[in-house]
Amino acid sequence: MKKDFTQKIGFSLISLSILITLLFLFIIIYFIFIRGIKIISLEFLTQSPRNAMTEGGVAPAILGTFYLTLGAIIFALPLGLACAIYINEYSPKSYILNIIRLSINNLAGVPSVVFGLFGLAVFVKYFKFGVSILSGSLTLGILVLPVIISSSQEALLAIPQSLREASLALGATKWQTIKNIVLPYALPGILTGVILSIGRVAGETAPILFTAAAFYIKGYPKSIFSEVMALPYHIYALMTEGTHPYKQKEIAYGCCLILLCLVLLVSTIAIVIRQKQKKQYYG
Amino acid sequence: MDNKENKNCFCSQDLIKIKTENINFFYGKQRVLKNINLDILANKITAIIGPSGCGKTTFIRLLNRMHELTPNITLTGRIYLDGQDILSPSVNSVEIRRRIGMVFQKPNPFPKSIFKNISYGLEINGIKNKEFIEERVIESLKNAALWDEVKNRLYDNALKLSGGQQQRLCIARALAVKPEVLLFDEPCASLDPISTRKIEELMLELKKDYTIVVVTHNMQQAARVSDYTGFFLMGELIEFDTTKNIFEAPKNPKTEDYITGKFG
Repeated sequence: MKKDFTQKIGFSLISLSILITLLFLFIIIYFIFIRGIKIISLEFLTQSPRNAMTEGGVAPAILGTFYLTLGAIIFALPLGLACAIYINEYSPKSYILNIIRLSINNLAGVPSVVFGLFGLAVFVKYFKFGVSILSGSLTLGILVLPVIISSSQEALLAIPQSLREASLALGATKWQTIKNIVLPYALPGILTGVILSIGRVAGETAPILFTAAAFYIKGYPKSIFSEVMALPYHIYALMTEGTHPYKQKEIAYGCCLILLCLVLLVSTIAIVIRQKQKKQYYG
Repeated sequence: MDNKENKNCFCSQDLIKIKTENINFFYGKQRVLKNINLDILANKITAIIGPSGCGKTTFIRLLNRMHELTPNITLTGRIYLDGQDILSPSVNSVEIRRRIGMVFQKPNPFPKSIFKNISYGLEINGIKNKEFIEERVIESLKNAALWDEVKNRLYDNALKLSGGQQQRLCIARALAVKPEVLLFDEPCASLDPISTRKIEELMLELKKDYTIVVVTHNMQQAARVSDYTGFFLMGELIEFDTTKNIFEAPKNPKTEDYITGKFG
């Protein structure tokens, strides 16, 4: 009897933890939705800001966030995937590998504002890319590299060794095996990493603070060397600068809602693709 | 040549396909194969029997250099395929594995269509001609006695097949690249008796065109299908002879104890 009772208490506590977690998520979404929905309109989504940020829309910021995220993934996905392939499939198991692993894990722990300063020093100043989409994308890319590497590694590890052996036993080279058997099979797992990265990149403010973002730009970015507006930075700027705090606050909540929806949308698309892939590969 | 070496060689007219000389193999410091000298004859089925952990799987994985995938190993000795030393660094393991195919303990089809599973081996070897590939796929499926069961669903995912069908698909996949030798590593370990019988019949059919080595811990299987049998124990080749002699008149008491079921 006593054991049963203890177990019940244990289960209740665990369920409660989940409830509390979900509650916070729900409150955040609810709060942002209620405050942000008022301002959302077709004009808000498609127009540029007007009248010193108090009217008009945030289309350039949406587009800017899209460019920065896309740029970061384009940069980080091939690089991170290649690192994961090297670590898992090629590198001999040695202490150097452990050092590499440790370094990548450390990279994941670096505060994002440090990446921002690094981007400013290296991409903006040293390589003379200026404050631009390119600098911002590269900085964000480095920020998410560890996420992509570790999730790709997990995806590669999950592939049964027997499949690699089957391919090699037919006279395939290591590279043919990786390209034709390992990577397609690992794709759902790799996509998971990309989803996580997109969520992370789209919402980061500190890394683009000095490398890409501008409070206001007339018109849309013309090339990868242009400064851009971006949603997270736009929110930050609206709340801290400007001369019409009340009007700006409303717009800021609208931006929050859009950012949230964008990330959810991208995640959903990626999850759908992943499910389709899984069906294809796991029968 | 000393006596011990001579024992396992055959001076008949049969062609020696694979010859292993003084094979010693170590995982780290642990010696798992000790002085193995064994000849595998062309167009015969050679069975390797022995209790779990005796080194029989380790042994056949050497024959197509699959052991190279395992880190921290040491191998000494020579393995000759048609007289060519295949362990020499100048020999490409990719080429050896194309000539010596392998079927594994657990069926391991690729998570692709039945057709793609078989065409894969051809495509990686640079064959592009679609008609040729299609003909070879059909031929391989027929030779693996699977054609009638799958001819109407060649583009279904191979994972939908039953275990026995998957294993025959793996055999078809190995046949498609036209190897000279086929290695079977306990091919029926995870199959039911009916599927097992089909695979055994298939092996007997295939020995016309291929040299076959089969590792099994099912002694009845060795007795049913093989022409020659080698008995491994604790990393040593205890006895190697015709299957008839091994099962009816073993020379070594350890062999007799094993095949009569006293241990193992």
